[in-house]
Amino acid sequence: MADITEIQLPGVGVRYEFTTADGDNVGVVCHHGGRREIVVYTSDDPDRAHSVLSLGSDDSRTLSEMLGASQVSEAMHAMEQRIEGLALDWLEVTAESSLTGRTLADGDLRSRTGASIVAVIRGETTEPAPGPDFVLLAGDVAVAVGSPESLEQLRVAVRS
Amino acid sequence: MTGVLAAAGGEVALAFVEIGAVALALAMLSRLAGRMGITAIPLYLLAGLAVGEGGVATLDVSEDFISLAAQIGVLLLLFTLGLEYTGEELQTGLRTGAVPGIVDAVANFAPGLGLGLLLGWETTAAVLLGGVTWISSSGVVSKVLTDLKRLGNRETPSILNLLVIEDLAMAIYLPVVAALIAGQDAAATVLTVMGAVVAVVVILVLAIRFGDRLSAMLAGGSDESLLLTVFGLTLLVGGLAEQVQVSSAIGAFLVGLALTGQVRDRAEELIGPLRDLFAATFFLFFSFQIEPSTVAEALVPAVGLTVVTVFTKVLSGHISAGRSGIGPAGRMRAGTALIARGEFSIVIASLGVSLADGDDLGGLAAAYVLLTAIVGPLAAKYADSLPRPPSRRRVLTSGG
Repeated sequence: MADITEIQLPGVGVRYEFTTADGDNVGVVCHHGGRREIVVYTSDDPDRAHSVLSLGSDDSRTLSEMLGASQVSEAMHAMEQRIEGLALDWLEVTAESSLTGRTLADGDLRSRTGASIVAVIRGETTEPAPGPDFVLLAGDVAVAVGSPESLEQLRVAVRS
Repeated sequence: MTGVLAAAGGEVALAFVEIGAVALALAMLSRLAGRMGITAIPLYLLAGLAVGEGGVATLDVSEDFISLAAQIGVLLLLFTLGLEYTGEELQTGLRTGAVPGIVDAVANFAPGLGLGLLLGWETTAAVLLGGVTWISSSGVVSKVLTDLKRLGNRETPSILNLLVIEDLAMAIYLPVVAALIAGQDAAATVLTVMGAVVAVVVILVLAIRFGDRLSAMLAGGSDESLLLTVFGLTLLVGGLAEQVQVSSAIGAFLVGLALTGQVRDRAEELIGPLRDLFAATFFLFFSFQIEPSTVAEALVPAVGLTVVTVFTKVLSGHISAGRSGIGPAGRMRAGTALIARGEFSIVIASLGVSLADGDDLGGLAAAYVLLTAIVGPLAAKYADSLPRPPSRRRVLTSGG
């Protein structure tokens, strides 16, 4: 985690500041009454706070809930759900993958790995039970079912 | 009880009508100020001039009543100012702000003192005018910073720390002028001042050390009981402080300082409306006592004083922000944000009403606060487009 600097603002509250991994300087002004302001500093005048977002104490709780919640769902996402020897996994098809632009039949994945692709998530839509002529595109997320070992083989096949 | 009311019935009716009409007029002015984006203080001062002696419509409401209400206004102003700060913040302010604070005091006290002496006033009145030009208005400055969304800016801590120093310096300055006004001989004055300083330091330490315990004691109970307790404590401590020549305003400030945590937040919410009501009365009453012609006569010196002290305040802001490593643009914003004088200047000037030069001091202070309270927020708003003094950093980059 990045270092957080704390600066006292007499009569107002406290300002916290940190630099993101991308190099942006972000500050949060915490008022005595519980109001929060999120500010960003730009390079042309590093002392000046820009694009101020003002939050009531309820809003801050909502926002932190959202930021925290997404981390929880990411963790959920990475977790394989095992049901009596059967595992479920989400695999992203990248542009570099050899499967990109090819049909599921071309990939011959089930006989090669033993795992089945039961659904494909493309953007906002989901294709349940894709047929053998379904073409995989970069960015697709394949939902696969199989034994843990077969899923591991599928993961290697998708990545290569 | 009913007998008293009935006997004074006609008078009371008239007083209600007058006070009601004035309050409505102030409400309109406050709304107008909000729309113009400035503090209402200058407009209240103008209103006071209009209804005071020699104004367009003279009011004859009981002066005793209004004057007492005005004094309560000062106490509540100072009390809520004390509420703003925690002991920790005062310590940070003192640590980082001592040197800029001294520069600020010298650079901004001198012009007022100098002009007072130049006008041939007695020394005490000149010392009061020095105080008028010295202290920036915490109220106006924090409103400007909030309205311009600059609370997150990096120069802002240096502005706020300077305000802390000024407010703390008042705790020493006010007892000193109180002793000067009392007009004792030199030895007695020194003794009174020393006594006052010791009293202030003792109360300050007690407030910071035992503030938590006091707040915990007040935490239970209804809003009503808290309101009455806090109001009572402020007046009681203020009155006792006045008795020992420390100035009631500082007593109230220290009570505010002592409150912490949830009690602090609740007290702010409860006393806030009361403060607004009484403080408006104070500003009105201050200029109510002033002949409009005195203000008109003071206009030329006031403009001169404004020009000089705009520069000296910008200078203090520059130095304070510069010490925190702020760039030229930020230093200009810090300097201009501090220009406005307001409530404190009027409180200081109001101490001198009993002096021989009190009327002139009042007129000049009113005109001066009118000017700076309008110029300050405007200068702060357009600070980024003002010409900046050449900085060392820029010379270096153009040279290399």
